[in-house]
Amino acid sequence: MKPDRLLKRLREILPPESLLVEREDLNPYESDGLTAYRQLPLLAVIPETEAQVQQILRICYEESVPVVARGSGTGLSGGALPLKNGVLLSLAKFSRILHLDPVARIARVQPGVRNLAISEAAAPHKLYYAPDPSSQIICSIGGNVAENSGGVHCLKYGLTVNNILRLRVITIEGEVLEIGSEALDSAGYDLLALMTGSEGLLGVITEVTVKLLPKPERAQVIMAGFDDIEKAGAAVAAIISAGIIPAGLEMMDKPAIHAAEDFVHAGYPLDAEAILLCELDGTNEEVSEEIKRVHDILQASGATSLRSAQDDAERLTLWAGRKAAFPAVGRISPDYYCMDGTIPRKRLSEVLRRIKELSAHYGLQVANVFHAGDGNLHPLILYDANQPGELARVEVFGAKILELCVEVGGTITGEHGVGVEKIDQMCVQFAPKELALFHAVKQAWDEKSLLNPGKAVPTLHRCAEFGAMHVHQGQAKFPGVPRF
Amino acid sequence: MCIKGKPSFPVCRGFEMNTTLDQFTEVIHQAIARRRPLRIRGSGSKDFYGGLSKGEVLDTTAYRGIVDYAPEELVITARAGTLLHEIEAVLAEQGQMLPFEPPYFGPRATLGGCVAAGLSGPRRVSSGAVRDFVLGVQILDGQGDLLRFGGQVMKNVAGYDVSRVMAGSLGTLGLILEVSLKVLPRPKTEATLQFELDEMQALEKMNRWAGAPLPISASCYHDHVLTVRLSGAQSAVHAAQIKLGGQMMIAGEDFWRGIREQTSTFFRERAPLWRLSVPSTAAVTVPGKQLIEWGGALRWVFTEGDPGAIRAAAEKMQGQATLFRSAKKSSGVFHPLPKPLLAVHQRMKRAFDPHGIFNIGRMYSDF
Repeated sequence: MKPDRLLKRLREILPPESLLVEREDLNPYESDGLTAYRQLPLLAVIPETEAQVQQILRICYEESVPVVARGSGTGLSGGALPLKNGVLLSLAKFSRILHLDPVARIARVQPGVRNLAISEAAAPHKLYYAPDPSSQIICSIGGNVAENSGGVHCLKYGLTVNNILRLRVITIEGEVLEIGSEALDSAGYDLLALMTGSEGLLGVITEVTVKLLPKPERAQVIMAGFDDIEKAGAAVAAIISAGIIPAGLEMMDKPAIHAAEDFVHAGYPLDAEAILLCELDGTNEEVSEEIKRVHDILQASGATSLRSAQDDAERLTLWAGRKAAFPAVGRISPDYYCMDGTIPRKRLSEVLRRIKELSAHYGLQVANVFHAGDGNLHPLILYDANQPGELARVEVFGAKILELCVEVGGTITGEHGVGVEKIDQMCVQFAPKELALFHAVKQAWDEKSLLNPGKAVPTLHRCAEFGAMHVHQGQAKFPGVPRF
Repeated sequence: MCIKGKPSFPVCRGFEMNTTLDQFTEVIHQAIARRRPLRIRGSGSKDFYGGLSKGEVLDTTAYRGIVDYAPEELVITARAGTLLHEIEAVLAEQGQMLPFEPPYFGPRATLGGCVAAGLSGPRRVSSGAVRDFVLGVQILDGQGDLLRFGGQVMKNVAGYDVSRVMAGSLGTLGLILEVSLKVLPRPKTEATLQFELDEMQALEKMNRWAGAPLPISASCYHDHVLTVRLSGAQSAVHAAQIKLGGQMMIAGEDFWRGIREQTSTFFRERAPLWRLSVPSTAAVTVPGKQLIEWGGALRWVFTEGDPGAIRAAAEKMQGQATLFRSAKKSSGVFHPLPKPLLAVHQRMKRAFDPHGIFNIGRMYSDF
């Protein structure tokens, strides 16, 4: 690679303010939401038009320079961590809502549009965009697609993949692909599903068409405290077995309850070992009927306290504690590390018990926040980065938690993505031949492996070094795939 | 052999399934060695669908049985050859269902065929399609390697979402062995209402209602009658009934089955049947006998018209046209892909099936 020639070519197509090369200009891009990892890129580009994106990618392709795309940079797995020898491609200027059709209930937006901005624009039509990751006030829809973001309403309304219709994608060779359509079905392979959650490894998104849903007539939340976390888990199973799909079903353990209560004073029971927050939405009649049934189920499951929000203000107060759980934990500990595994719900008590054992073993406290409806667990490991060696211990502890999730039939990431953070645990979850297929898919889109290389899918060599799997001679499927 | 076991689904003994699996692998290896393509087939209920695929039949029906079902987890896992009606019966016992309401098109339709075809029924518009409920798959790829993607959990973003890509890939990427699906509770109550309207009014109503918090789970317009189905809690269905008015239909369940299975009178035609997937608000004009579903997003049209003109009409409305049932398929079945997208498809095909042995021609002529 010849940086001078790259720079010269980029200068020919971009105005000076769209091309950053000085260290102080690059600093804001050195990490995403996973701040433990930092790296300055070779340079950063902030294009304004799709044609510029095409040209940038074409140049990078011809010069064989890697490219890392970035939205708002709120990702929690280092997916947008720059590469030292690569271009950081910011889509921040793609921030327009291009078209909102309230009758067809769709919005066509640029990738830099904030998640919440879509719902705000749709609000006058009594519509909204369902996926609501906790960072929704700043995270971008392009990043949501790249990570297949979730939120607290996934059980009922699905993930990003279930709520988008169409993408415009630029390939590394600068070609425009229209994937999906404003109709429900499209011919060919479901590349919309493939692109969603592909962490910027297959193409750069320049436009997203999302589905908008009618705002439910009413939402109501009920909170239950339990003296035993297993009883709370059983209550979740009982609600779902009764044929009720809550809009949100969240669990917090004692340390998380205390941290949140100290912070926002939501009125959580401090003596409880676990609380459940169950939100029901739908038509007025439906919610009235279901809230009563859920109340009875929670009571029968041994809830020690029950509180049903009487109005929207109280509902928001009850949610405020849950939504502030991460910053609340941030107040009681100098640093925390947020994990993101999914497990079959029936294994919850076993998993929590083993996390407790690991916590004792590594001498690090844990607070657990759990999307109980869909099995997505967020253990927050408390630590102090200023203590030498503590971060390293946290990472080992975190890795053990993820491996535990795989062992019980779950996954190493429910919604935060693999990025650089969980790349070694991919070797635990997938066999060499499965990883080889991922590499083959990558090659089908990006033969030179220039889009976000080194993220999301580990090389077989890396896994061999990690020691979690063995590469048998002659088994490797794609001898052409570089293994370094 | 599969025996009726406990709790209440047939359990197929492991060693026999392993033998079947070994046979599949062997067949694939032989096909590679002889350079002879295979045609993956369950019961053949959807033989009519898609392009003609040459090759020796690889019969999946012996690889069957529900592997795991935990109603409180909302997940069922079954082998490809399992009969759809077996799965739905087991789910119904627990008050649950496949939310995408799959069409069978034959009494012995299998789960593998259902996922590979990727076809969804009337509830698709409110609940989602097959691909929305696929959580994980086990496949044999084009080298005969057993691969697992996804899993049995609802949120999973580790690796590319290969599981969903398998849905609707018509067996061209690999042999589906096992699938995990998210399931949902059956609605407590359903009611079907009918309204006499012209097409414009019906489209307008369907779109407007879909944008309101109403429990509409299916819609169909044909011959000046709009039929909608309400699903949900009894009180919600009742309230919506009062709000919408219309004529209550007694045999609602039969009506929707007839639409889903294409056994209702509309579908008794000899002309080629086209399936137009279009934005729900589109005003499409393809001359022929028409039935509208999915709130306007799906239009079935019987017509002898020129395939090129039909595809152009769909495209003009940002949609696509599939030749769903026809004796003559020389014009291709699926909407042609733009060149750059076609190239990606061809490379994807090679990534999964480098020797080109699976279902060649079933989707597009060269893969």
